[in-house]
Amino acid sequence: MLMRRVIPCLDVHAGRVVKGIQFQALRDAGDPVELANIYAQQGADELVLLDVSATPEGREHALTTVQAVRRRLPIPLTVGGGVRKLGDAKALLEAGADKVAVNTAAVSRPELLGEMASEFGGQCTVLALDAARVGDSWRVVVRSGQDRLDLDVVEWAGAAVEAGAGEILLTSWDRDGTGSGYDLELLEAVCGAVGVPVIASGGAETAEHMAQALLAGADAVLAASILHDGLTTVSAIKRRLASLGMEVRL
Amino acid sequence: MNADVLIVRTGAANLASVVAAFERLGRSVKITDNAFAVRKAKRVVLPGVGAFAPVAKRLGENGLGEAIRFRVEEDLPTLAICLGLHLLAAGSEEGEEADGLGLLEVVASRYPKSVVVPQLGWNTVEVDEECRLLQEGAAYFANSYRFTDRPPGWQVAWSDHGGPFVAAVERGNVLGCQFHPELSGSWGERLVERWLQCEGGVTC
Repeated sequence: MLMRRVIPCLDVHAGRVVKGIQFQALRDAGDPVELANIYAQQGADELVLLDVSATPEGREHALTTVQAVRRRLPIPLTVGGGVRKLGDAKALLEAGADKVAVNTAAVSRPELLGEMASEFGGQCTVLALDAARVGDSWRVVVRSGQDRLDLDVVEWAGAAVEAGAGEILLTSWDRDGTGSGYDLELLEAVCGAVGVPVIASGGAETAEHMAQALLAGADAVLAASILHDGLTTVSAIKRRLASLGMEVRL
Repeated sequence: MNADVLIVRTGAANLASVVAAFERLGRSVKITDNAFAVRKAKRVVLPGVGAFAPVAKRLGENGLGEAIRFRVEEDLPTLAICLGLHLLAAGSEEGEEADGLGLLEVVASRYPKSVVVPQLGWNTVEVDEECRLLQEGAAYFANSYRFTDRPPGWQVAWSDHGGPFVAAVERGNVLGCQFHPELSGSWGERLVERWLQCEGGVTC
């Protein structure tokens, strides 16, 4: 039986892991290679690495980081951040990513998802989707939160899967960094609309939050600050999820 | 030519992960699309991420397919991964315009709509009693197509996603994995290490 995944996320800037609330106020949180291996040893099911630098120099640095992480990491690695075109995705895969996440570029040109899916396969093609709640629905947020679009999140999720996305990394803009739990209504709405796996992101502080997300339909949960701050470990989270009746790899 | 492991260039997207897995185990690796080298190599890996038809066609045209067939028929140490496993089969519903090598008398079909597709994540693996390389555990899968039937003449490991499917096959020195051993943590590393112990011409 396919098990639910716990996925640590490393936001990387200039070769270091950083963290911040709602993508602002970055603080240093450690060495990516070291953290990646600690989490893998704790039983992480995958790792997500997001390049938050968004500069040409940052890009080069990110490729070096991906190579260094890959050499030692024996679990899947998804890399995202600043992927604009097919060539960017190819460079990341060649550096050692197993999956590539696209966000802003997919909104501007959804065909990019199709190009990636036919070149590398749908299982390599991840849509990173940032959502901000507006009343009873959600709008797509791009450019690291600088732009809120007049684009419905559930509609876009469906269109992106149609275009080629094989997985969705769904981040609640409102909950990110708050520790108040995932936006469960958002998860239910998106998981109900697409047949591909959905990774819940933004707002988790406890394993109970993660269990709620899995019950809402998520296939996987992403966690960053609670791990980087040493508040808990991947193994403690997974043991707690198992005791709550979730199927996880222990 | 003298690398411990020769990896066939199938156009697989995650070659770097496969290379890194062998290097972590202290083995030297070379990537090739030379059919003669593939016939002669001590150990060959046929990786695969991508679509069935274009890769199957390319293998048919450049002689690599025949070299792989030779290895499997002669029981030379060969490891096929994911799409690489499908290439050994008669064919795949993913690309019916191309034929596989027909070494496994099965056809890959898509997971039912009742489950999340692609299957992305860790799934439990159970093995036939006759398996020597494969052991029970949990492996990382990333696939939309799979075999539901046992290929005749092969030992099989099974998983379940909307019904039982073939997680891996083995016969002598030949191992074919639907999952990604290179991404399956220490369980995957131990499996690769057991396969590396296989000696050409002598069943491990």
